[in-house]
Amino acid sequence: MSAPGGERRRQRNRTFWFWTFVGPFVAGLALFTYVPLAWSVYLSFFDAHNTVSPTDFVGFGNYTAMLGDPAFRSSLLTFTVFTAFIVPATYALSLGLALAVNRLRFAQAFFRSVFFLPAACSYVVAAMVWKMSVFNGVRFGLANTVLGWFGAEPVAWLAATDPPWYWLVIITVRLWLQAGFYMLLFLAGLQRIPVRLYEAAALDGARPGWQTFRHITFPALRTTSVAVVLLLVVGAFQAFDEFYNLLSGARGYPPYARPPLVHLYYTALGQGQDLGLGSAGAVILALIILVVTVVQARWSGLGRREEY
Amino acid sequence: MDDALVRAGRALRLALLIALAALFLIPFYLLVRNGLASEAEITAPDWTLFPRDPHWSNVRELFADPDVPMAHALLNSSLIAVATTAGTLLLASLAGYGLARIPYRHANAVFYAIVGTLMVPAAVTFVPSFVLVSSLGWVSSLRGLIVPTLFSAFACFVFRQYFLGFPRELEDAAQVDGLGYWRTFWRVVVPNSRPVFAAVGTIVFIGAWNAFLWPLVIGQGRDSWTVQVALSTFTTAQTVNLHELFLAAAVSILPLLVVFLFLQRYIVAGVERSGIDD
Repeated sequence: MSAPGGERRRQRNRTFWFWTFVGPFVAGLALFTYVPLAWSVYLSFFDAHNTVSPTDFVGFGNYTAMLGDPAFRSSLLTFTVFTAFIVPATYALSLGLALAVNRLRFAQAFFRSVFFLPAACSYVVAAMVWKMSVFNGVRFGLANTVLGWFGAEPVAWLAATDPPWYWLVIITVRLWLQAGFYMLLFLAGLQRIPVRLYEAAALDGARPGWQTFRHITFPALRTTSVAVVLLLVVGAFQAFDEFYNLLSGARGYPPYARPPLVHLYYTALGQGQDLGLGSAGAVILALIILVVTVVQARWSGLGRREEY
Repeated sequence: MDDALVRAGRALRLALLIALAALFLIPFYLLVRNGLASEAEITAPDWTLFPRDPHWSNVRELFADPDVPMAHALLNSSLIAVATTAGTLLLASLAGYGLARIPYRHANAVFYAIVGTLMVPAAVTFVPSFVLVSSLGWVSSLRGLIVPTLFSAFACFVFRQYFLGFPRELEDAAQVDGLGYWRTFWRVVVPNSRPVFAAVGTIVFIGAWNAFLWPLVIGQGRDSWTVQVALSTFTTAQTVNLHELFLAAAVSILPLLVVFLFLQRYIVAGVERSGIDD
C-alpha cells in the first residue's frame, strides 16, 4: 500500500509548493483589489459621510442621488461623446503611423522611436507643456505665436468655452501621448501577417495600396484592432491625469469637461468626503465600462482567430 | 512615366512622415528651450528659437528653490519606481511560474481569479483602496505608495504565458539533479529568462514613475510627493515660475528617456508579448 500513500504525499508536496509560489501574490491581490472592490459595493448602499464603517443603510439611495445629479449625468454623457471621438481618432492615427513606418526601407527604427517617445512622458508633464506653452492663452504661447504670424488674434484656449477650444487641447495631448504605443501594437500585428498572403493577392491581380489594405491587411489585423479599441475605450472612460492638470486651478475644477473620475475624486475625497456616494458613482462607472466593453467584444467577435 | 509617379508618391509620403515626426518632437523641444531660457525670453512677444546663451544657472536655482522640493520628489519617485519594479517582478514571476508549472487541482480557478481583476477599472477601487490604506495608517508614507501597487495581474499573466513556453528539457534536467521547484526556479528558470524580466520590468518602471492618481491621493504630505505630484502642484498653482517649471519637467523625464534609449527593444518585446493580441 505504499504507492497511493506516496502519490498522496507527492500531491500534498505539490500543493505546498503551488501556494508557496502563488500564495503571496494572491494574498496581496485579494487584500488590495478584492477587498476594496467588495467594500466599494458595500459602502455604496450606506450613508457614509467621513466614515468607513457606516450603519445607516440607504438601499439604492446613493445610486438614485448620483444618477439624479445633473453634474454627474452630464459628465457621463460628455465622456461618452469624448470616447466616441477619441477612440476612432487614436485608432486611425496609430494605424496610419504603423502602416507608414512599416513600409519604410530605411530609418525605420528612427521613426518608430520618435513616434513612441511620447510614451515616456507622463500625462502630468504633457499636460503642463500643453497648458503652459503650446496652448498658453497669452500671446507668447506657441499656437498663438503661429496664429500671430497670420495676423490672427490670440485665443484663450483653455478658458474659451464658446467655441469650446479646450477640447482641441485635450484631444491633441491624448493623441500625442497614446498614438506611439498603439502604433507599436499595430506594427507587431503587421509583422505577423504572412508574406504569402500578399504574394497570393498580387497573383490574383490585387493592386497594392487600398485594395490590398482592405482585403488583406485590415482583416488580418482584426484581433489587434479589437484589443486596441478595448484598451482605448477603457482608458477614455477613466481619463483623469491630463484633465486634472489642464483644467483645474487654484479655484478648483471648472464645470465643463469634467471626467467622471474627477467628479468622484471631489465627491469622495474632497470637502464632503461622501464615500457612499463616491462608491455608488464608481460602481455605476464600472458597470458602464463593463457593458460597453462586453458589447464591443461581442460585436467584433473577440476570441475568434485571425483568418488567414 | 508610371515609375516617376510612384517615386513622387513615395517622396510625398516620406515628407509627410518627416513633418509628423517633427510635430511629435515639438513638446520635447519646448521643454529644453523653456527650461534653459530666462523668464523674459519665454514671455517675450517674439519667438526665440533657442535661448542665445542657455541659462544653466536655472538648474542650480531649481534645486535651491525652497518652494519646490524637487530633489526630495526625485528621490521619492526613484525609491518608489525601483521598489515597485523589484517587488512586482518577484511576486509576479513566482506566481506566474507556479500557475504555469506546478500541477494543482484548482490552478485554473486561481488563474481566472487573477486575470479577472484585469477587467476591474481602477476607477472602482481607488476610493475604497484609499480608505483601506488610510486605515492601515499608510497615508503620506512610501509604504502606502508602494505596497498596494505590487500585485500586478498584468505582470503575472505575462510571466505565466512566458513560462508555459519555457523549454521543459531544462527543468527536467534540473529535477534529475534532485532540485525541487524552488531551486529549479532560481537556478535554471530565472537565469534563462532575462529578456522577459527586462520587458516586464521596464513597463512596470515607466508606469510607476509616471503614475499620478494614486500618488496624488496617498502622497498628501509634502514629504511624500512624487515628481508627478510636485509638478502637478505647480502646474495648477496660481502663480508659476515658467522656466523652473519647464526645467523641472525636463529633469523628471530624463531617467525615462535613458530607460527608453537603452531598453527600447525590451519594451517593444514586452508590448508584443503582453499577449493582449494573442
